[in-house]
Amino acid sequence: MTKFIDLTLNGVSTGAIYAAVALALVLIWRATRIINFAQGAMLMITTYIASAVINSTGSYWFGFVVALLSGLILGAVIERVLIRRVESAPPLNAVIVALGLYTLLVAVAGMIWGNTPRSFPAAFSIRGYDIGGTRVLFAPNDSFIVLVVIAVALGLALLFRATGLGLQMRAAAFQPEVARLLGVRVGRMFTLGWALAAMAGALAGVLVAPSIFLGPNDFDPILIIGFVAAVVGGLDSPPGAVIGGVGLGLGLSYVSGYEGSALVPLAALVILVFVLMVRPSGLFSSTQGRRV
Amino acid sequence: MRRLGGSAALRRSTLLRSLGLVAAGAVVLALVSEGLGAYDNLELATGAYYFAVLAGLTVLVGVSGQISLGHGGLMAVGAYTVVLLIGNEQWALVPALAAAVVVTSLVGIPVGAAASRLRGPYLAGATLAFAVGLPALADKFPATFGGENGLTINPPTPPSFLGASFELERWEAWIACAGALIVLFVLYNLLHSGFGRALRAVRDDEIAASLCGLRVGRAQTLAFILSAGCAGLGGGLLAVVLQLATPGAFPLELSLTLLTGVVLGGLGSLAGAIWGAAVLVLLPSWTNDLAHSFSLSANVENNLPFAIYGLVLIGAMLVWPSGIQGGVRELGGRLRRLRAHRVAER
Repeated sequence: MTKFIDLTLNGVSTGAIYAAVALALVLIWRATRIINFAQGAMLMITTYIASAVINSTGSYWFGFVVALLSGLILGAVIERVLIRRVESAPPLNAVIVALGLYTLLVAVAGMIWGNTPRSFPAAFSIRGYDIGGTRVLFAPNDSFIVLVVIAVALGLALLFRATGLGLQMRAAAFQPEVARLLGVRVGRMFTLGWALAAMAGALAGVLVAPSIFLGPNDFDPILIIGFVAAVVGGLDSPPGAVIGGVGLGLGLSYVSGYEGSALVPLAALVILVFVLMVRPSGLFSSTQGRRV
Repeated sequence: MRRLGGSAALRRSTLLRSLGLVAAGAVVLALVSEGLGAYDNLELATGAYYFAVLAGLTVLVGVSGQISLGHGGLMAVGAYTVVLLIGNEQWALVPALAAAVVVTSLVGIPVGAAASRLRGPYLAGATLAFAVGLPALADKFPATFGGENGLTINPPTPPSFLGASFELERWEAWIACAGALIVLFVLYNLLHSGFGRALRAVRDDEIAASLCGLRVGRAQTLAFILSAGCAGLGGGLLAVVLQLATPGAFPLELSLTLLTGVVLGGLGSLAGAIWGAAVLVLLPSWTNDLAHSFSLSANVENNLPFAIYGLVLIGAMLVWPSGIQGGVRELGGRLRRLRAHRVAER
């Protein structure tokens, strides 16, 4: 029973990180209909920047804020400089550009910081809480992770649902031509979507870095699971991304705890196939007919 | 009207044309391989098995309009089939490769049937999970699949009539090129048949295609099975050339590299698959040579090839949105127009 509770708690905190990654992918999909394969490399870069800032200033929170801001800038620059040029090309071209960007960023990180992984500090203690004399697998830092991801998800929901800017972003994504006719600066909304997405990714990077090591390729598994979570949840739905992320975090935590971590990728495949066979566009996509 | 000259008959018959292509390709490849050293022959073999996979993938992605990030996993199925049959059951090379095609096609049936229900990113996600999840099987059943270290086989022996001094690498290149030419022959004929037209119709407009009586799901599933078979042959050839199959040989990067190859070469054309295979083989070794020709610090030198590779991918997509083959076609069109213009001026 203790093991089950431990695995559940562990699943919630890793699930929160998958949710943040899935949110980053969903935001970009909603804005520009592109799966951002460079997301893993982008959040790797921002986490390295955070690491450098923390090392030189000694302040975790300064590094945390710098990571989010650099994510914002990186996302905007990449959309404006690269993605804008392939938006009108066949959809696969953007995928290849993103893959090229991924390779480039990983190589640049290796050139600057070397390929040997390094440790990254956690915001709060990583010693599990003491409940009734037993130490559970959930630490103050895990509470921090879960709370931050909840805050970001709520903030994004508010932005999209309750503000004029969010309405413009949704309009630009849904009907670019009509939105442009109505005076929405569509290009700017796309840039903003990428910037926000990259910020969510940067957040995921800083949150996950203490439990894995920080190296050019160490975020790839998180990204793959995050992508699976986004697909399971429905790529158009931010709440779906959160639920998909947490659900996958829980499921994979149980599999890894009871059956061994080697089966985790296979379990992700089984979950994904099962969900997609029942709901071909993810759990929370609004059902819509195919475009005629 | 029935009097057709030899060249007109050639133009009419897809079969004759494809046979001509294959014969010419065989002669050219044999001559090229004659002039290459051991290392370059291995590169030729690599390019040949890449072509087998890319040609199948370009039919799937470019002609039938689906996407797969899982072809590395299908290659693994072919490679493990060949290694298990040759290593454990002492099968001969050709039946083992044929079995790899059959087994991988069989695996492609459920995957393709599932794929025909999914669209765009959802299909990408499902096939990606396939590529990531499948190699985990090798770890789960180490007794059968050899775990992390994989399985090895003995190198193929060149037949004695080729002479005692015939190099192993050249023989491997010949085997891989033979496989590539078979793929070329089969796909060329299929693409110029009713099946090819059906796939294009399904890609361009599913509803119109089904109104015409085409069975959309079945055509898409068949395209997936076909490309799975090609990937199985490619994977089997890889196993023969490298004489091993390990989970590490089929990472997700391989699947992504394959997709890069078809898009960069030019989607939907077999010529594009040739360009793609050439790029996948030559670009890494060129960037490597380039990076090591300067004296740089170890960190920079080790990562520079990847940086250049990434830049080339981005640059190529911006310069040739429809791939190398698209660029070549455009260049050809421009030259023809220029010549027509000159003739008109005279």
